[in-house]
Amino acid sequence: MTNAVLDISGVSKRFGDNLANDNISLSLGRGEIVALLGENGAGKTTLMSILFGHYVPDSGKVLIDGQELPPGKPRSAIRAGIGMVHQHFSLAANLTVLENVMAGTESLWRLRSDTDAARQKLEDISTRFGLIVDPDARLGDLSVGEQQRVEILKALYNDARILVLDEPTAVLTNLEAERLFRTLKDMAREGLSLIFISHKLDEVMAAADRIIVLRGGRKVAERPAKETNKAELAELMIGRKVARPVREPSTPGEVALKVTGVSVSIDGVERLKSIDLSLRAGEILGIIGVSGNGQATLAHLLSGTVRRDKGDIVLFGEPVGDLSVEGAVQAGIGRIPEDRNNEGAIGEMAIWENAVLERLPRFSRHGLVDRSAGQAFARKIIDAFDVRGGRPATRTRLLSGGNMQKLILGRNLIDRPRILLAAQPARGLDEGAVAAVHERLLQARRDGTAVLLVSEDLEEVMALADRIQAIVNGRLSPAVAADKVNATKLGLMMAGEWNEEHEISHAL
Amino acid sequence: MNALEFILAGMLAAATPFLLAALGELVVERAGVLNLGVEGLMAFGAVLAFIVVYHGGGHLLSFVAAGLGSAVLSLVFALVALGFRANQVATGLAIGILGQGLSALFGKTYESLTVKGLPKLALPWLSEIPLAGRLFTQDIVVWLSLAATLAIWVMFAYTKVGLVVRATGENPKAAHAIGYSVTAIRFAAVAFGGTMAGFAGAYAAVVYTPLWADGMIAGRGWIAIALVVFGTWLTGRIFLGACLFGAVSLMGLAAQATGLDVPSQVLASLPYLVTIIVLGIISADRRLLKLNGIASLGEPFER
Repeated sequence: MTNAVLDISGVSKRFGDNLANDNISLSLGRGEIVALLGENGAGKTTLMSILFGHYVPDSGKVLIDGQELPPGKPRSAIRAGIGMVHQHFSLAANLTVLENVMAGTESLWRLRSDTDAARQKLEDISTRFGLIVDPDARLGDLSVGEQQRVEILKALYNDARILVLDEPTAVLTNLEAERLFRTLKDMAREGLSLIFISHKLDEVMAAADRIIVLRGGRKVAERPAKETNKAELAELMIGRKVARPVREPSTPGEVALKVTGVSVSIDGVERLKSIDLSLRAGEILGIIGVSGNGQATLAHLLSGTVRRDKGDIVLFGEPVGDLSVEGAVQAGIGRIPEDRNNEGAIGEMAIWENAVLERLPRFSRHGLVDRSAGQAFARKIIDAFDVRGGRPATRTRLLSGGNMQKLILGRNLIDRPRILLAAQPARGLDEGAVAAVHERLLQARRDGTAVLLVSEDLEEVMALADRIQAIVNGRLSPAVAADKVNATKLGLMMAGEWNEEHEISHAL
Repeated sequence: MNALEFILAGMLAAATPFLLAALGELVVERAGVLNLGVEGLMAFGAVLAFIVVYHGGGHLLSFVAAGLGSAVLSLVFALVALGFRANQVATGLAIGILGQGLSALFGKTYESLTVKGLPKLALPWLSEIPLAGRLFTQDIVVWLSLAATLAIWVMFAYTKVGLVVRATGENPKAAHAIGYSVTAIRFAAVAFGGTMAGFAGAYAAVVYTPLWADGMIAGRGWIAIALVVFGTWLTGRIFLGACLFGAVSLMGLAAQATGLDVPSQVLASLPYLVTIIVLGIISADRRLLKLNGIASLGEPFER
């Protein structure tokens, strides 16, 4: 391509025995959005780090406008117009937006800081690209989506013409992600060239002009977005056919859990407002909604870590009042917490310790922990749930996200829980792991477990759930049968429009 | 008695104040709390113990009083730092200074007074070995501290309590989600640390050097905190570290006895110099600290 602003040709990089990048070439045109698609460990981030000068490639070169970029020099990369938006922002929470954007752009030897000119430049950029933020807001007060906007503005302020975004949606809600992609398209129209790294099929299909698939350090395919589809991309990315499983028809059993009129307040804010739900054995009830609408509180309520203000909880026909964590475990409620790193597992402890922590009474006698029983239990989970990359004594932190989630699923499902509470169980996992997690949830359903699936992924809920309720601002909609809804109707429900049932059907 | 014999005979006793205080702080830090008030807690325990023994209360009662007193003082720390989620570093320093102040105040009328120490118990057989046998003639508290070291090692390695304390320190949110009360566990850990610091102070004041002088703890609480770090939060290494400091502090005395012409201040500062050097060496290998470091150390827990 002659009018390419960026040309990467024949780049290889080896770390020890691991060939992270194997002779990769790619080019990027002006005003183009290219997605770099691949599973974790496919070499996406390594390639971008070479582009940005963090790593020196073993061979190959990077050309910007036909000029070779000196390897291993981040400053030259910035000067050549490359801007990087990292997954974890490099911003200071205590400074204002303007101060964050200006940081590092002025010479230390000048005493006066030209704030007025900087403010003018920032405002020009933010109106031109539709990235609206208050320059005087303290960064720590902004939402994650807004902070990301600041990170992008910072790159543009440094006159970036090529913008690289590393898994930009990993930290965003769906709504924020959609807004981000609209902005990226506007930016491309203004002549910027963009590369974004992702392992999510939906978003590369929605946002990119061209998709480059990496697998095991090699470029395996390059497709214009218009000429491919998700199934093909998934196969290219994983290297074999992976289909997400879909529920088969079944007849649910008795009501396992019934919640009527429950409200919960936390720190004086009403997080759940008089919710009703009923969950049967052998069915999956999907709770869909944009995160931050009370899902976390609902999960905490049913796992026994928050108290209700009013309403009733009935477990297997018995009113239980408030649940305690112990009560929940004893009643056979398995829990997959939303934030697996913070609440699900303790990274610094061994796999077997994480496996037994929740059920210590079973694995201890006279106050002593039965190590060998615990390790055997962990080995059983590892085998049955295909947890790769660790033995019982391995530190849990060393597992990949997908394998950690399999461990958490395993320690819950191995005891055949009567109720399973799964909060965002597949969030952030790569495609192969998503399919594995979904299969496990369906297996639990077949085994007669009552599964409550909290998710913000429409596709996930429609594929797995028998019935669906939307959660909006602490309220739960009435349940609808999954085979009687489509994405449009669910979208309306997620926006809070379920009261006027006939109007919805009218609108369709 | 030559210098080597002298050091072998006295090392464990000299190590005991370090060891007791460091074991307590180990439990506190493993639960995720940083209590920098150890020096003051020891000083407070020391004065209580001295007063009890001086007035004829006996050694057993003096240790009980010191343990309880320092535990109460450490609970003040817990209330402020854990209950009100104040900054743990600042709170710990303040409680430490308070403890030292109380110690000076209560000890004022006892300055330079002496009490009787504890008799040494020789282990049969072992104490008759030439040279190394010197190690096996110690007072009862030394033997009990060795037992405490073993008990704490067993606790972290094999017991339910140990597992739960570690979980609390590594990831309080997960511990809470699993159903343990993070705050209660941390309060208990801090109280245990306080009790151990009290014992350490008591040992220093009524057994090791049974004489009251203001400021007699002389930085041993700080060294105990350093010991926890350079033992990389492992019980066995903390024990070895305590022995090293015990030996080094005796080296000064031994050197003086052999008539070495070195100012006594230089010799007295040996343990502190060794602390700095050993900490430097340990910190050079970041892996050691990172591997065993407590993930949530010093951070307040909020749901």
